[in-house]
Amino acid sequence: MNAPPAIRVEGLRKRFRTTQALDGVSLDLQPGEFFGLLGPNGAGKTTLISILAGLARADAGIAAVMGHDVVRDYRAARRALGVVPQELVYDPFFNVRETLRIQSGYFGLRRNDDWIEEIMHHLALTPHADKGTQDLSGGMKRRLLVAQALVHKPPVIVLDEPTAGVDVDLRRSLWAFISRLNREGHTILLTTHYLEEAQALCGRIAMLKSGRIVACDTTRNLLRRTHEHCAQLRLNADTVPTVWQERMQRDDDGVWRVNFGDYVELESLLADLRAAGLRVQELRLQEPDLEDVFTDIMGRT
Amino acid sequence: MGGFPALFHKELLRFWKVVVQTVVAPVVTALLYLLIFSHVLEDHVQPFPGVAYSGFLVPGLVMMSMLQNAFANSSSSLIQSKMQGNIVFVLLPPLSYLEFFLAYLGAAVVRGLVVGAGVWVVALWFAPWQVPHPGWLLAFALLACTNLGAVGIVAGIWAEKYDQLAAFQNFLILPLTFLSGVFYSIHSLPSFWQAVSRFNPVFYLIDGFRYAFIGQADADPWFGLLVAGGSFVAISAFSLMLLRSGYKLRH
Ligand SMILES: Nc1ncnc2c1ncn2[C@@H]1O[C@H](COP(=O)(O)OP(=O)(O)O)[C@@H](O)[C@H]1O
Ligand SMILES: [Mg+2]
Repeated sequence: MNAPPAIRVEGLRKRFRTTQALDGVSLDLQPGEFFGLLGPNGAGKTTLISILAGLARADAGIAAVMGHDVVRDYRAARRALGVVPQELVYDPFFNVRETLRIQSGYFGLRRNDDWIEEIMHHLALTPHADKGTQDLSGGMKRRLLVAQALVHKPPVIVLDEPTAGVDVDLRRSLWAFISRLNREGHTILLTTHYLEEAQALCGRIAMLKSGRIVACDTTRNLLRRTHEHCAQLRLNADTVPTVWQERMQRDDDGVWRVNFGDYVELESLLADLRAAGLRVQELRLQEPDLEDVFTDIMGRT
Repeated sequence: MGGFPALFHKELLRFWKVVVQTVVAPVVTALLYLLIFSHVLEDHVQPFPGVAYSGFLVPGLVMMSMLQNAFANSSSSLIQSKMQGNIVFVLLPPLSYLEFFLAYLGAAVVRGLVVGAGVWVVALWFAPWQVPHPGWLLAFALLACTNLGAVGIVAGIWAEKYDQLAAFQNFLILPLTFLSGVFYSIHSLPSFWQAVSRFNPVFYLIDGFRYAFIGQADADPWFGLLVAGGSFVAISAFSLMLLRSGYKLRH
């Protein structure tokens, strides 16, 4: 028997009065994937997550978590899902530890303190365990939201822009923790505005625009899809060998640019330059990045 | 095990952590009513033969405090969670709508009973403490808190802003409470208003509750039990229907 997809979404549609937030979205996430959902503001990412979490109901289509339909079998679906909401919400009546104990209780878990202490430790919340949530900094509130999403050890974890407005150190430690959970077998669905994060973390990425999926592929294939490598060189002369003149452009401050697909080409360029008696004073390589692919796909569709 | 105990516990903690505001303040308010009205009216009003005004007023005030606080507990908890966005914490877990309803209702009942008991204890200085019909006391106290707790859930789900909730309170709860005979017996009213009062379920709650204390009432307590029980069933059914449909909680 095949294991069901960790997340399955098919033909999902959702309309808010005049906005078609989702316009027929289908996706399958296999267990253990680290999946990125990218798209500009208003693309429908949060709406999709809300439907998975049961916070919103789809007009059409189906959504399931670990094989459990989010409407018909909502208890099992919600038990399998941990959601870090986009909004920085908290309940000012409670401190950090109380918040986590209460959240465990909602999942029917009573003696969960060992696990609670462990997540607080990994999210560097232990020193703040007895602080009221209204006294936490934005970063700490965000980590508490992550902790709350994990109290019931969900196999599927969804993070809706978890690093928005969070400082660099925290982002790094948060990703280290999430990556660890992913290595331990948790499926991760992530939306973020930081494309370099998505590029570094996600094995597969879907791009959403106006409620439709406009690209869905492995990160590697997406990177390969549009862009080549680019080298920027500064030379001790104003010309380049004739064979290269076609392919190289010189910008205003005297830097030459050349796009190439394979590093072998770079080698022959350097050899030709040397043969022509030119010296390379500066060399910078630019790897293809998701930003370009993203801009390209969003612009094209 | 389901999530009901945790949500119920959280709702209890929520008001208990601000006990001065949620319990002490309403007791003090009731005490002020008691001081003023019993002082002013003691010698002028005798609602039932052989019953002093303060003996008549105390059960009414205890009941009014229970009604208002049961309503306040569920409605303000829900609207606060909605306004602050932390309602998602209870929407994401696998809580059934019945668990959800019972947890908010249960906490409203506890708050209502605690405040009611507080008012009564304070009022013991002013009025005799005998309760000839403790069974009726318990029945009407519970019915009052469950009814208004359930109305509070409906109001908390429906209201999107604090002023909508305040409107609900000022234009529905408060008139129904004040026009139900807390401060007077309805048989002192003109016959038209007596008739109108008999359509107010809150009247039966106060009247029946008072019967437990003074053994006299405007209506038959059994009939009051029927009305209050019926209204609780109706409001609960409505509230469960809203929760089940996800009205205003799940888009
Ligand atoms: N509760 C709502 N009521 C009305 N419109 C909404 C609501 N939630 C989302 N929308 C609209 O749906 C579209 C998608 O929003 P959202 O899913 O939040 O996008 P994203 O998370 O990708 O930024 C937007 O145009 C947004 O304005
Ligand atoms: Mg969003």
